[in-house]
Amino acid sequence: MSSHNPSTAGTMVLAREEQAYRSFWVRLRAYSAPAFFLSPAAILVFIFFFLPVLLTILISMTDMSTATFGRFNWVGLANYAKMAKFRWTKVILKNTAIYVFFTLTLFNVGLGLVIALVTTHMNRRAGFLFRTLWLLPRITPSVVYIMMWRWMAADAPYGILNQHIFGPLGIPPKDWVTAAPWVMVILVNGFVGASFGMIIFTSAIESIPDDYIRAAKVDGASTWQSIRYVIIPMIKWPLLFVTTYQTLSLLTSFEYILLLTDGGPGRYGTEVWALNAYHRALANYWGNIQFGYGAALASVLVVIGIVMSIIYLRVFQFGALIEEPKIETL
Amino acid sequence: MYTWEQRIRATIPYVIMGIITLPIIVGYVWILISSFFFTTEGLVPKGRFTLEYWRFLVEPIAQRPSIWIITLNTLILALGMAVFVVLISAMAGYALSRLNFPGRKAFLSLTLILHAFPSVTLLIAIFYVLRAIKLYDTITGVVLVQVSLMLPLGVWLMKGFFDNVSWDMERAALIDGCGRLRTWWEILLPNIRPGIAALSIFSFITGWSSFLIPYTFTTTDTKATIAVYLNSLIGDSTFVTYGQVAAVGLFQLIPVMLFFIFSQEYLLNIYTGGTKGGV
Repeated sequence: MSSHNPSTAGTMVLAREEQAYRSFWVRLRAYSAPAFFLSPAAILVFIFFFLPVLLTILISMTDMSTATFGRFNWVGLANYAKMAKFRWTKVILKNTAIYVFFTLTLFNVGLGLVIALVTTHMNRRAGFLFRTLWLLPRITPSVVYIMMWRWMAADAPYGILNQHIFGPLGIPPKDWVTAAPWVMVILVNGFVGASFGMIIFTSAIESIPDDYIRAAKVDGASTWQSIRYVIIPMIKWPLLFVTTYQTLSLLTSFEYILLLTDGGPGRYGTEVWALNAYHRALANYWGNIQFGYGAALASVLVVIGIVMSIIYLRVFQFGALIEEPKIETL
Repeated sequence: MYTWEQRIRATIPYVIMGIITLPIIVGYVWILISSFFFTTEGLVPKGRFTLEYWRFLVEPIAQRPSIWIITLNTLILALGMAVFVVLISAMAGYALSRLNFPGRKAFLSLTLILHAFPSVTLLIAIFYVLRAIKLYDTITGVVLVQVSLMLPLGVWLMKGFFDNVSWDMERAALIDGCGRLRTWWEILLPNIRPGIAALSIFSFITGWSSFLIPYTFTTTDTKATIAVYLNSLIGDSTFVTYGQVAAVGLFQLIPVMLFFIFSQEYLLNIYTGGTKGGV
């Protein structure tokens, strides 16, 4: 068979080409399903995430502001240098840490899980009623929601706290938003934040087949034990999801703080990083809106967010959760 | 027969929930009261009963557009969110859960990381993007932006739900020659109905109550959503009364509550009957 018959060689070349041609189509077909299912999400993500992020980083390297809007200059990293030198940067960083840590642990994950567990361990209708009530803060327009808390904390004679709780106890009336701004900021954000975890955890808990919990009960497990050893392990994915998503979400949120204290009392009392970026780029009282500096502040948040989410991926052994899909072995 | 100890145990969940839910109940009771009385101190109405604050339903407040135009805008946004977020997320979530392709891991990690991008960053730049594609100051633009910003959440959620569906049924369908699209639509989607319901409720509510994005990307007052309308009402210092704002806030709250209550009933039906045992 080692003879160099020209016609045999030609056939082999043809066969090889045909094989390559066929495998091209096989491969194309293999890609067509993922491409079809992913393209709507991919296109939107490209237009409304990637382009804006690139633009933001580009803007952060300019001195773009209302003063220089039309003819801005490229200033490299000057905005970042300015930020590092600014004496309030440390205060804003500390504020951000306080805000994120306490709201997340006490409310967004902690209380969300407690509500989901407690309301799934009572009468269905009662549980549903309580969850509905907990959804109210989130669906309430932020302006009305904040107005509600202001009224609760307001000075005499309007404030509900002063009128009905602290008054009878003999505690002198105060405007609690300025007297205890951090408590109010964390409460206001936490009462909204808890419902996200609550919804996700409840869906997850209710989709656990009854058999598992009944089996645990038959084996003599207490309610606490069935929560600890059956329910919690089975909602690992939602727990990971809520913790990760809400940390990053809190880092970047500022709407309620803006409406409640606007970063006060004083100049930087409850000013968090995202709010500071907003103030600089979109609502500057000193008149000159600094797009460049605001974009630089925002770019720092992007970096912090990426670093944090990578830490999360490591801590939660993310690799195990994104294992290869088994259906493909078909 | 129950012992005293068992009875006390059974009431513990109710006591816990009652205490932690109290601030919410109080807040909404206050809004309800203050929208019907001239003045309110604490939870006690001081002025006389009035329907004055509800007149915005029949005649526009001052120079503002009718509340019904505003309501229609808000409805378009909320429904657009519910439909497109679920559809697009369910497609991408399926691909990430069930299909193997190069870049899958990267796409998954990226979806998670995407949410870290602070919306304030995006607002400045999205403003330029929307202007470039001629969708600035349109409801369509607002829907597109809101749907996109919701996708990282939706895709992750959907992927999680698909992961929990056993592949036996799907494999059987594929072996029988059912295409991917049909398998997805007819076999998998019905199996994650609780997930779809949860995500669409959440998207609808987000769209209905959203403030920052409609506020930033629309300027015409006839394109405002209820939240933007309310904000302008509060900002109008010559006019604002808390009873008025409370009334408009309540108006916004009612349809969402109805929507949620009906979906929740539907959800409970799925949990209790449906796919378990048989079929």
